[in-house]
Amino acid sequence: MLDLRLYMLQRISALVMAPLTLGHIAVMIYAVQGGLSAEEILGRTQGSAFWFLFYGSFVLAVSVHAAIGLRVIVHETFGLRGVRLTSVTWGIGLLLLSLGAQALVAVTWPGAV
Amino acid sequence: MDGQKDTLEVSVWRGTSSGGDFERYEVPAEENQTILDVVSWIQHYADATLTYRFACRVGMCGSCAMMVNGRPRWTCRTHVRKVLQGRRVEIAPLRNLPVIKDLAADMDVFFDKWVAAGGAHAPTAGRNDPIPPVDPQDSTRVTASAGIECINCAICYAACDTVTGNADYLGPAALQRAWTLFNDSKHDRRAGILDAVSGSGGCHNCHSMGSCTVFCPNDLDPMSAIAGLKRETSRRFWRKGG
Repeated sequence: MLDLRLYMLQRISALVMAPLTLGHIAVMIYAVQGGLSAEEILGRTQGSAFWFLFYGSFVLAVSVHAAIGLRVIVHETFGLRGVRLTSVTWGIGLLLLSLGAQALVAVTWPGAV
Repeated sequence: MDGQKDTLEVSVWRGTSSGGDFERYEVPAEENQTILDVVSWIQHYADATLTYRFACRVGMCGSCAMMVNGRPRWTCRTHVRKVLQGRRVEIAPLRNLPVIKDLAADMDVFFDKWVAAGGAHAPTAGRNDPIPPVDPQDSTRVTASAGIECINCAICYAACDTVTGNADYLGPAALQRAWTLFNDSKHDRRAGILDAVSGSGGCHNCHSMGSCTVFCPNDLDPMSAIAGLKRETSRRFWRKGG
């Protein structure tokens, strides 16, 4: 259920996620130690093209990576295949993408929230 | 021995894919006895209708593999005393394969996948051409030789949990054969192998759990062979752009 294309997509999305996750953790530690309030953090992230691209790439990579991973688990556990399996894969990917996009807009869009 | 021979309590699967159950037999214990000896004793002296498969008896033909106490083993080279639990031993047909009857698994799907993975040899030269030299020290040849002793017993296939969950998965034996041929300079369809193992049931489904390598009776390493296929298909992906 995992051909070369899906396998590579999952590996590439993992490569994207790894440095972004480390960057996110580093920023969290920095922000907490510096005593920044939520308002001050949003003041820095909203309207910033850098943070939009940073978290936008992360949301995209997570949606692709998790959808493919869950596709394998769903197939091996429940025996789903064909159109139903493809629908579940796309469904999970789009759900994660929409949830992530909501958070992305709230954190990085100018004047959001 | 005190005149009265010790006996083994043997549970043997009787039935087909559509149904069956374990039956218990009392089998005389011997000092030197393999699981295949036990099965043969039952067929000779207790129930002639018991169906099982064997040929060489010396671990070369790969036909006598069965589940022994839930683990896949070559029964002709498995000593009873090494697997006995108290006096008991349980013998069943190979996992992950349909059962023809009793202990005889249907190997069709196993060999079909072997061919589907590009496992049939296609020579680079005809019988009238000069024989191309093979350097046994060459690193590619060493890689090919690592898997050449596979006897197609299907123990790795029975041990593989990915095969259990994904019936389309080609499985460790077929993929190891593909990796062997991919590294064989005398094989003419090496590029075709990477196509054959890149489909939806191909090498990329392997979770590297390693049961194939743990259970291989010939100490081969199908998991590393599959990793080799993943590496080569990935390299080709970057070179060709998918």
